[in-house]
Amino acid sequence: MDYSKILSKTASEIKPSGIRKFFDLLSAGDMSDVVALTVGQPDFVTPWHIREAGIESLEEGKTYYTSNAGLTELRNEISLYLNRRFNLSYNPGNEIIVTVGGSEAIDLAVRAIVNPGDEVIIAMPAFVCYPPIVSLAGGIPVLIPTKEENEFKLTPEELKSAITPKTKLLILPYPNNPTGAIMDYEDLSKIADILRDTDIMVLSDEIYAELTFGQKHVSIASLPGMRERTIIASGFSKAYAMTGWRLGYVVAPEQVTSVIYKIHQFAIMCAPTTSQFAAIQALKKGDDDIEYMAEEYNRRRRYIVAGLRSIGFPCFEPKGAFYVWPNISGFGLSSDEFCEKLMYEGRVAIVPGTAFGDCGEGYARLSYAYSVEHITKALDGIENFVKKIR
Amino acid sequence: MNEMNALLNLLENDARLTPEQIAIMLDKEVGDIKKLIYEYEKDGVILGYKAMIDWDKIEREYVSAMIELKVTPQRDKGFGSIAEKITRYPEVQSVYLMSGSFDILVLIEGRTMKEVAFFVAEKLSPMDSITSTSTHFVLRKYKDRGVVYGVPEVDIRGSLV
Ligand SMILES: Cc1ncc(COP(=O)(O)O)c(C=O)c1O
Repeated sequence: MDYSKILSKTASEIKPSGIRKFFDLLSAGDMSDVVALTVGQPDFVTPWHIREAGIESLEEGKTYYTSNAGLTELRNEISLYLNRRFNLSYNPGNEIIVTVGGSEAIDLAVRAIVNPGDEVIIAMPAFVCYPPIVSLAGGIPVLIPTKEENEFKLTPEELKSAITPKTKLLILPYPNNPTGAIMDYEDLSKIADILRDTDIMVLSDEIYAELTFGQKHVSIASLPGMRERTIIASGFSKAYAMTGWRLGYVVAPEQVTSVIYKIHQFAIMCAPTTSQFAAIQALKKGDDDIEYMAEEYNRRRRYIVAGLRSIGFPCFEPKGAFYVWPNISGFGLSSDEFCEKLMYEGRVAIVPGTAFGDCGEGYARLSYAYSVEHITKALDGIENFVKKIR
Repeated sequence: MNEMNALLNLLENDARLTPEQIAIMLDKEVGDIKKLIYEYEKDGVILGYKAMIDWDKIEREYVSAMIELKVTPQRDKGFGSIAEKITRYPEVQSVYLMSGSFDILVLIEGRTMKEVAFFVAEKLSPMDSITSTSTHFVLRKYKDRGVVYGVPEVDIRGSLV
């Protein structure tokens, strides 16, 4: 059979993730001694009391589907949580839908908004899923490379120059994976000023909202006039170390969630029930866990930034998430070359910046979701390698 | 979190951290961290820095045991003087005053069960105020002082992005 004639053209044309390509190298050959700073998820285990709530729900036989939007109690808790921590106000009855991770939330939001041919502006570098998801919905990704001199924030000028009559949606991924950039109230105000006069919606990916350092996360939805044009995608993966539970949520004005709801209902039915019970516990009793883990990340953040700078890398100071994004362009090597060489010769694995978009050239992403001991080992390896190639 | 606790918590988890590393992590001056550590050592808040070793993993004869002691407290001194006496033996790792059905718990290490048994029979039991002993040998350590024993964990986290 000629599958090329059978398979969906749009789906087949999706480019494989750049990270994948790089990591096929890592799994080939003997790489067991390579120290990796590559993983994009917490090294903490989900706090025990949260796991226990999941286990108890199983013991009690709660193994059924929940309502499509998710357990009422969970939506109530999400509503309280968003209000408590980010001063947001959403009706749990019709403005909150529990999803399979922030990932599904992003997919739903894009599919609910985008018509074929619509343009979707994405601030880059960014998490790898946005452009393919936009393409699958028939949209056209319009990528704005953010700049180090602007602290990798999206500037109003950049946004303005990317807007066309076809622009439908802006994807705003802050706190940012991979740069660690955040946007504060003032930064967001300038973006909001532009959007308020338009019909452009914002998809704000706030999955790292609990991991900001030195200042609290501000949601663009909390700015005057922005709630009605914002969809927030978030979830439990990063804040509560719950990646494997696959649980997130999407919140938006009712007119939007009612459409999102239909897609979710038919494509997914409902998010995993066990995870939903665990998440109720997380929201009710997990604020201290968030704080504890965030403080731990903050220490490692300072440590790895200081380490990279002392090796000699110019290194933007990340203010959120758990990644650093040093400039590695000073060696006459492309990002891919640098990272490949570092892996083979220095036995340390980091992700080339280009995995997060072309504008990641010259950079690399290092995750600090690792123990200090492990980070130290990796930094030593990088330092030795750099000494050799300098 | 209280700053001083933060320093102690860091060291409790990893005593090999240098003052320089700690200063970076806590966003403090190295000098201040060194001074704090010095003061903690001087005041006996920090009492030592030891490695956690799983002796079962290397060729060495080793047993450990917990010994429950019932003790008649001494006039004016209570349990203090007997406890202090027990601490002097180098094979004794820990001595705790306990609530409940016995009074003092002694953690002891030796090369063989026999050695431990003799220690109890020859050193502890004869002590005047000790009225009874009960020795429990440790068969296997699963976790000690927050550290899980056994095979080091392998990082199986899958996602790269
Ligand atoms: C920026 C960003 N958004 C969303 C996700 C998806 O997270 P999940 O589907 O586990 O909630 C990730 C995961 O790495 C991410 O980095």
